[in-house]
Amino acid sequence: MNQYKIWQIILIYSVLVFGILYALPNFYPTKPAIQIAFGDTAKLLNTNVKDELSKVLSDKEIAFNEINIEENSAKVIFDDVENQLSGRRVLADYSEGDFIIALNSEPSTPEWLNNIGGKPINLGLDLAGGIHFLLEVDTERYSTERLSSEGASFIDEFRNRNINANYTSNFDEINITFLNQNDVSKARDYLEQNNFTTSGSKFAIIQNDSNISLQYTDNYLSEIVDYAVEQNLVALRNRVNELGVSEPIVQREGKGRIVVELPGVQDSASAKKIIGKTANLEFRLEARPTDSFLRKDKFTFKNSPSRSAFLEKVIVISGDNVTNAQSSFDENGRPQVNINLDIDGGRAMQNATKDNIGRRLGVVLVEEKTKTFFDEQDNVIQETYLEKSIISNATIQAALGTSFRITGLTDSYEASELALLLRAGALAAPMKFVEEQTIGPTLGQENINKGVNSVMVGFLLVFLFMLIRYRLFGLSANVALISNLVLVTAIMSLVGATLTLPGIAGIVLTVGMAVDANVLIFARISEELKSNIDPQQAIRNGFSKAFSTIIDANITTLLVALILYAIGTGPIKGFAVTLSIGIITSVFTAIFVTRSLVNFIYGYRDIKDLKV
Amino acid sequence: MMNIPFIKFNYVGIIASGLLLAITSISLVTKGLNLGLDFTGGVSLEIKYEEKADLVKIRSSISKIENSNFVVLNFGSDNNVLIKFQSDEELQINAQTVVDQLETDNYLGEVVKSETIFPQIGEELRDQGGIAILVAMLVILVYIIFRFQIKFGYGAIAALFHDVLIILGIFSIFNLTFDLSVLAALLAVVGYSLNDSIVVSDRIRENFLNENKKGSTEVLLNESLNQVFARTIITSFTTLLVLVALLVAGGEALKNFSLALSVGVIVGSYSSIFIVVRVLLATNLSKKDMEKPKNEPEESYSLD
Repeated sequence: MNQYKIWQIILIYSVLVFGILYALPNFYPTKPAIQIAFGDTAKLLNTNVKDELSKVLSDKEIAFNEINIEENSAKVIFDDVENQLSGRRVLADYSEGDFIIALNSEPSTPEWLNNIGGKPINLGLDLAGGIHFLLEVDTERYSTERLSSEGASFIDEFRNRNINANYTSNFDEINITFLNQNDVSKARDYLEQNNFTTSGSKFAIIQNDSNISLQYTDNYLSEIVDYAVEQNLVALRNRVNELGVSEPIVQREGKGRIVVELPGVQDSASAKKIIGKTANLEFRLEARPTDSFLRKDKFTFKNSPSRSAFLEKVIVISGDNVTNAQSSFDENGRPQVNINLDIDGGRAMQNATKDNIGRRLGVVLVEEKTKTFFDEQDNVIQETYLEKSIISNATIQAALGTSFRITGLTDSYEASELALLLRAGALAAPMKFVEEQTIGPTLGQENINKGVNSVMVGFLLVFLFMLIRYRLFGLSANVALISNLVLVTAIMSLVGATLTLPGIAGIVLTVGMAVDANVLIFARISEELKSNIDPQQAIRNGFSKAFSTIIDANITTLLVALILYAIGTGPIKGFAVTLSIGIITSVFTAIFVTRSLVNFIYGYRDIKDLKV
Repeated sequence: MMNIPFIKFNYVGIIASGLLLAITSISLVTKGLNLGLDFTGGVSLEIKYEEKADLVKIRSSISKIENSNFVVLNFGSDNNVLIKFQSDEELQINAQTVVDQLETDNYLGEVVKSETIFPQIGEELRDQGGIAILVAMLVILVYIIFRFQIKFGYGAIAALFHDVLIILGIFSIFNLTFDLSVLAALLAVVGYSLNDSIVVSDRIRENFLNENKKGSTEVLLNESLNQVFARTIITSFTTLLVLVALLVAGGEALKNFSLALSVGVIVGSYSSIFIVVRVLLATNLSKKDMEKPKNEPEESYSLD
């Protein structure tokens, strides 16, 4: 007799019940919706958003189901996709790029499933439509800026010690020139005392007559770059969250790149405008009139280029220290901007301001621009450069810390503009777009339909074939195949993995592998039967003899899938995810689920004549 | 039990493979691969029109853009158009430029997909893909040496090279676009071909280890192949059923992917029968190799 023990049966079927439960949310229909992310909208400010939106839509006779207001976004739910798509066009026209609109879907997962953590599968951009960006951090420029600022603070420290010096710097070294030999050794002492970080020395000191060259170690340089990329990641995440789009992805890729994915968003220009602001901020004290030109820079004001001011070369804090900035109104109803800094920023700010009350503190916006010109051969030359301009130059009223405000602004428009610049300017290092992809909503839907349909057709053909070729055994294998599909869906939904088009293909491949496992088993059973072994024993031998082959074949394929996941990006990763999950579940279903069914069919009786 | 004289006619398969490999290699060397945007960088734009798209109109519209070396073709259906082009390093001319131009000339449909990739990213992906395949092969070789015997490892790797080269060659000969999804397919083929090689190797090892089975290496190999032949055909057939469904109904996005996989499944099954066995014969696999299966892996490790 061939029987599983009770606990084995319970175990197998509880796994299946678990699978069905967590795959279930995918079968409740979703309703098409449009998400409106307020971000820093001026248009919807001080209006009743619900009334305004419903008026805009009703004016164009677009039927919608309801409008829900969420924390910093609104969601309009429609009954069908046609209304959703025309609604998007109407709202986009109305928005004029002032707020971000994302196509979305509202799941109708019942309460009890939500409560046990059930949710539908995340769809990748190729299936849901949306925008994909890849940004690259300009690490060399960042190190150049860092070293330039560091050089300036060395010169400052020297001056406090009555040492006269001057410096030049690039991305990996600072050259300091001294006026007399005596100063050099004093400066050298100071530099040697300040040449430490957590991971060893910062630079090698090379002395040459009255020059000192600081050659920064690769270790330290990669440390600061790493920090900058992490900071940028945080800043980008904040900006993307500010967009209010649901399920966005902001991830580091490799050493200096960041992936941003915005499902449902179609308007690449507006999205780019917000996440791609290649801007940074520098807080610098206004220079004293007596300061030499070596210690100060001249900047124009962003809003009135005819005005200008001199600021010190030393940067007190930069945009990456700003954690938040909000526009609001003071006690007298005048506009102001509230600024929050991180702890390091607060400390630096305290040090810089405590002895400088009454002086001004300028905020410089650093923007990356491109200029075009022609060389002698009339070739078009394009060059990126940094444009620095003052966005605020306010008087310090008290020693500032991690939280302070800027007042004296003309109007609330200026306040919200400044707040946005302060917030969005919180990038540690400049970045540029290196990849951009927009997938329209219809293409996504088409991809889903085609992918799902073809998989269905493929499955049906396989089912038919297995049933005809192996009859009852084939039926067991088919049930196992369906269980496999259910389990893959359940696991993907539960762990929040993203299903992409190559992912669907990965599932198809695991179907092939699952069928293979069953064919191997059945072929073995039939061989055993041919050598006149008792049918029950033949079934036992068939399963056990095929086992090691199945395991070997699946482990090697799993290894390939894991390698793909580790080195691949984008579509390759999507494929690797479903393939890995599918291989594991297919071994379980093809061996154990099939076996339990075969046991159920044949295991409890005497079989005289068994054919496979 | 079937009794097909596989070993006797092994040379037929080898000659066929040799010819195929020669043709594909020549094409790969002389013509190369038609690399997709993922690997070259550049811009691609897919536009859908309500009616049959007028390619001439589109071409004349965007030819007004300076520096243009656009490729304009139908994609999937008569209504869909694919515009592809390379651009300068900084991509001053990009998808938006084309959309604006078409809008100016009043002939813009619905932009269903737009893609902009900087050349340098493409280059990196190319390297990454190659490394992925090589690492995959290496890991597999180590696993097989560990589980089986180094001669089986040679067999499996030879089969992998054979399969991957033929797929690459077919993409080269028919000028099909080789993009990231095809690379994924190629890696899946690595997995699939391996699956086949392992099933065959497993059977050969079992028969060689069986004390009761007597006969020359050729006889044992032939018997093993016959034993797994039915399984190989059935599995390939069922996998092909799904893949062909994907190829026919999966749409443009999955076409080359499923094509690469289909070809891979066919040559993968074939190579497990002909190439693996050829290598085992060439390396003089004998019962003796199986006697100390546990010592063999250590011997091979000492090579490093």
